[in-house]
Amino acid sequence: MSLIFDHVSYTYSPDTAYEVAALNDINLKIDDGEFIGIIGHTGSGKSTLAQHMNGLIRATAGSIYYNGQDIYDKGYKLKDLRTQVGMVFQYPENQLFGTTVFEDVCFGPKNQGLDEKEVSLRAFEALRAVKLPEEYAETSPFDLSGGQKRRVAIAGVLAMKPAYLILDEPTAGLDPAGREEILGLIKELHDKKGTTVILVSHSMEDVANYVDRIVVMEHGGILYDGTPREVFHYCKELEEIGLAAPQVTYLMHDLKKIGFHVDTDITTVPEARDAILRALGRKE
Amino acid sequence: MFRNMTLGQYYPADSILHRLDPRTKLFGTLIFIISIFIVDSVPGMLVIAAFLGAVIIISKVPFSFMVKGIRGIVVLLMIAGLFNLFLTPGDKILFHFGILTITDAGLKSATLMTIRMIVLIIGTSVMTLTTTPNSLTDGLEKGLRFLTVFRVPVHEISMMMSIALRFIPILIEETDKIMKAQMARGADFESGGIFQKAKSMVPILVPLFVSAFRRANDLALAMEARCYNGGDGRTNMKPLKYAGIDAISYVCIFVFLGTCIAAKVLL
Amino acid sequence: MNIDVNTNINNININIIEAKNLSHEYIVRDEEGNVENIVTAIDNVDISVKKGHFISILGHNGSGKSTFAKHINALLYPSGGTLFVNQMDANDKSNTLDIRKSAGMVFQNPDNQIIASVVEEDVGFGPENIGVPTDEIWERVEKSLRSVGMWEYRKHSPNKLSGGQKQRVAIAGVMAMEPECIVLDEPTAMLDPNGRKEVIRAIHELNKKKNVTVILITHYMEEVVGSDYVYVMDSGKVVMEGEPRDIFSKVEELKSYRLDVPQITLVADELKKAGVNVPDGVLTREELVEALRGIRATEV
Repeated sequence: MSLIFDHVSYTYSPDTAYEVAALNDINLKIDDGEFIGIIGHTGSGKSTLAQHMNGLIRATAGSIYYNGQDIYDKGYKLKDLRTQVGMVFQYPENQLFGTTVFEDVCFGPKNQGLDEKEVSLRAFEALRAVKLPEEYAETSPFDLSGGQKRRVAIAGVLAMKPAYLILDEPTAGLDPAGREEILGLIKELHDKKGTTVILVSHSMEDVANYVDRIVVMEHGGILYDGTPREVFHYCKELEEIGLAAPQVTYLMHDLKKIGFHVDTDITTVPEARDAILRALGRKE
Repeated sequence: MFRNMTLGQYYPADSILHRLDPRTKLFGTLIFIISIFIVDSVPGMLVIAAFLGAVIIISKVPFSFMVKGIRGIVVLLMIAGLFNLFLTPGDKILFHFGILTITDAGLKSATLMTIRMIVLIIGTSVMTLTTTPNSLTDGLEKGLRFLTVFRVPVHEISMMMSIALRFIPILIEETDKIMKAQMARGADFESGGIFQKAKSMVPILVPLFVSAFRRANDLALAMEARCYNGGDGRTNMKPLKYAGIDAISYVCIFVFLGTCIAAKVLL
Repeated sequence: MNIDVNTNINNININIIEAKNLSHEYIVRDEEGNVENIVTAIDNVDISVKKGHFISILGHNGSGKSTFAKHINALLYPSGGTLFVNQMDANDKSNTLDIRKSAGMVFQNPDNQIIASVVEEDVGFGPENIGVPTDEIWERVEKSLRSVGMWEYRKHSPNKLSGGQKQRVAIAGVMAMEPECIVLDEPTAMLDPNGRKEVIRAIHELNKKKNVTVILITHYMEEVVGSDYVYVMDSGKVVMEGEPRDIFSKVEELKSYRLDVPQITLVADELKKAGVNVPDGVLTREELVEALRGIRATEV
């Protein structure tokens, strides 16, 4: 299974008041089990790209293949695609509507046409996956805290058991501890369940510690596509377009400039510490 | 779906009409609407249409923009017009083909009704195209101030209207987002009968209402934080003041009304 | 002749905010209206802010920092203790309007605090409320929009602005009321990195150029770097206070309060643990580079 974008472009009608960023000849292949971060600032096209992946937006040129099938084929059921390629929007708690948490999480599997027993099973499984205590299943989602609501919303998508999971700014508005919790949860989903995870974000530091591959978007096109180390190699260029590599990467560059023998492709704190200790001739 | 609505949209330009006090325009529109229903002869309607034409030229808004409002209901107009044409009983029969009959009364009725509708829509558009939503609410607030004597909360209503206008685009965008989020969970808004479709609106309406209430709450706090305390003691950044062109306009409006009444009586 | 030294408002050492033993409790009721729980949102908080300073209050969500912020602007009233805003007693409800004129507040959600459909009209909303004459309103609107760099956008609709621009308009709207201090409650939480930078830069400028006292409520450590003083809150209490450097040096303690420490500070802390003699509370990349350069020089 894989998701392939073949010369995909999207242009929007310029006389509407609500602009949607355009896409310009996107060629992208996402394989099963990958953990990808799509980074770009507001207006780069990253959210537009994400919404093409589950057919919410239709490309004006090019083709998209999921599992070898052209999703724009006549008779292709986009509704089914969306249960395979699940999407969690930014501030997903804004979509909650059930009278109980359980009812809301059941919405997805119900739309899949599954029988009642299977729907309940999946709902409970999903709530367990987001680590929401069982006693909350019968409470109103509006009585929960912001972080809990977000987990319910994510559970709502997980209950469909999608093979691919796209999350648009999953840490938006959360405090540092909240951010770590959600990202940790997402990583677990990837590692334990083998879900292909696509994180869309403008926060490099959040993403760098978790993903295996980064796709940088700018003006509707893909600027860089590679491992975090490869991408952060271009830290100067990234800064110019309003994104930034992790602080430690810049630190390494600065140290190298004053003669320290350090690897400038470092992206995490432990690596930085080790590199500096080595450069100072100390044991790690 | 909602994005292309041009209803109530403002077209910026520098014309006499744009510079008129909104109260003048509101009053003028009111009189215009009344006149449309006073006059019931086709020549009379044509006089009104000519007057409207002159106003459109003065407004410097391109005709294509004006006509946009009509585009949506052209079909409705045609159907209603055809019904009137073929089903109105009258004395003189002008045309007969099987069960289809066109009488003189029918022809007059259809023509009158069609011109009326077109003129009504374009006429009211002229006002919204040349007046910003906020000056409209300011105009209503100042113009209807006399109602406060009857304990009508004019200021509060006007404030509510301008806030509503400010948030309409935001709520439309939010509705779109919610729809997409539910579609991403397999929701289907297209298929099914009326009952099914109504039920499928719940996942959109509930979050929308919750969000709207939350916004209202936040906004109320923000307003209080900036010392909002009702209408008493408030000054106005853009106070409404009548000018010479308003006086002239009022005269023209009354002359127009007089002409219409005369037309009804004489024609 | 009685000269009361305390009322000399030209004394720059006065505390514009003085909170002592400030507490705020509220009752949580269940569906039938019975008391279910009494929540203590803030618990015996002592915070004082000097005129002209830039102070930050850090804390995770639920630490009570936003509740405290709302007291400064008299949106909430204390249930215990005292709070003086520009020497006015916040417990006295008749001071509410004056307190709100003295201490303006900017909120987290950019859209939900903009009332008008045109930027200049929104900035004029505050002055209209307090009865400022028309001509003066326009003067204030121009001054405030220029001070945040948004004057060119005065005729725009707020809907077309970016998050950072909207927040700057909100700040201008508060500045137009000519307050002594502004409280910003997590103003950057919903913005992207560029927007965050814009807003923080704008408020530092206001603090330096217009001498407005700034109280920044946030959970982003990097925003705290330029402050004169920092308070850290947790569970409704003030648990740490000091200058940024002092606070940044206590990495483990900050982590225990669910706060994030900038990568640079973490690296410095790790190096220190490994025996490298870096100074305490390293705030910026430049500082660390300099420190390491110095260390290398002493070893060579």
